[in-house]
Amino acid sequence: MKQLMQKGWKPVLVLVLLISIWELSSRIFQVPSWLLPAPSLIFRTGVEDWLNYQHHILSTIRLTMIGFLIGSTSGIVTAVMLHVIPALREALYSLLIISQNIPVIVLAPLLVVWFGFGILPKIIIIALVCFFPIAVSSLEGFRQTDRDLLHYMKMAGAGKQQVFWKLEWPSALPYVFSGLKISATYSVMGAVISEWLGADQGIGVYMTMASSSFRTDRVFVSILFVIVLSMLFFSFIMLAEKKMIRWKPEREE
Amino acid sequence: MGELSIEHLFKAYGNHPVLADMHFTVNEGEFVSILGPSGSGKSTLFHLIGGILEPDAGDIWLDGEKINGKRGSISYTPQTPSLLPWRSILKNVMLGGEIQGNIDKNEAIELIEYAGLSGYENAYPFELSGGMKQRAAFIRSLLSPQPLICLDEPFSALDEFTRLEMQKWLLSIWQEHHRSILFVTHNIEEAIFLSDRIIVLSQTPAYVKEIFTIPFSRPRDEDLLLTEEFLAWKKTIYRGLGNDVQKNY
Repeated sequence: MKQLMQKGWKPVLVLVLLISIWELSSRIFQVPSWLLPAPSLIFRTGVEDWLNYQHHILSTIRLTMIGFLIGSTSGIVTAVMLHVIPALREALYSLLIISQNIPVIVLAPLLVVWFGFGILPKIIIIALVCFFPIAVSSLEGFRQTDRDLLHYMKMAGAGKQQVFWKLEWPSALPYVFSGLKISATYSVMGAVISEWLGADQGIGVYMTMASSSFRTDRVFVSILFVIVLSMLFFSFIMLAEKKMIRWKPEREE
Repeated sequence: MGELSIEHLFKAYGNHPVLADMHFTVNEGEFVSILGPSGSGKSTLFHLIGGILEPDAGDIWLDGEKINGKRGSISYTPQTPSLLPWRSILKNVMLGGEIQGNIDKNEAIELIEYAGLSGYENAYPFELSGGMKQRAAFIRSLLSPQPLICLDEPFSALDEFTRLEMQKWLLSIWQEHHRSILFVTHNIEEAIFLSDRIIVLSQTPAYVKEIFTIPFSRPRDEDLLLTEEFLAWKKTIYRGLGNDVQKNY
């Protein structure tokens, strides 16, 4: 903590400086608030409007969690299947890599056509966004299993299941987590975009309503919350990783 | 228990022959070193004995049982980081037994103590020095139920001081737990100091060029390293390696 304070003050200073410049210049040049609201105004709106938008945030959090859970679970399961069944991997691995290049967001309108404006298409979008990073990263993790250790396990007479649970799974775990971290931030983005397409509540809804009525301050408030949510989510995963992976030397940071 | 017999073993990768008529035995409770230039198929030999590869021709017998392509019959310790990084030392040491389905925690703790690793039972491998890790890996082999231990250049990554310590330690612990050991090394001195017999391999395709029986009595200590006899043996074996050495060093 002390170290964080010692090293962390520089970026904090820069942030404070930037916000001050923003505040000052919007006062000096009298920028209209629908174009670029001053930080103080954004803050005030954030506080005053809290009761109006808090249910939107809760709804987005719920949506994100459901989508993330489904996406990451199916990502890990897929990776395990592809790893354990070589024929499946040969057939699907390159497709999986190529399909990573499809921006999932472009599928969103299609999903709306198929599944309407309910919660299902939104969850599918988030799950798809989360799926690929985790699946690809976990597969890479399995592939990176140490050769020497693998030889050791096999010569010691370990069966396929023992090799998987005692060696391959724990050795892939850091890769699984790096996939989870990427997906965690993607999932919030996926949720907001899916809400843009049509929903009755969520940060995305609050955002589109605000922008169509030129309440730019509210748009900024929603952006702020999207950022905060992404960071929170990311740090939860990081915390879980720290708890589960204790066998690595602490990196000096 | 632990009698290994390699009979006229052949192995090639495609058109590239690696082993050609490899033939030798390891007797019960014997310490045998394999000495040969790098790339002479020593790893292939271990993979064959360990059952990961199948020989093209020839047989491998262990205690009267043919073990061609059969896994789990020897205990193998690879060159470097052969401990699982996510397991504590205690759990690492018990891995060999765990795979075979019999765990003896008390014996494990006893051997950890004997290896001077007390207090590290719950430490992770990254917290140990190179020598400590190798000792842990060797204990794991001793705790595995298999009668033959194969060590693949276990000390090659250690510095000279640690290496000598480890060699002495290995000899002392081996004398208490009589097992057969097949030991691969590049180091002539190490081979003479440790072994009952030394098998010298040729360049690839590898065959047994010569077998030396080392007459020094046991227990051996480091003073042996400076005796005239020891140097004489070093010369003999150096000559035994012949042209292969000049090519490699």
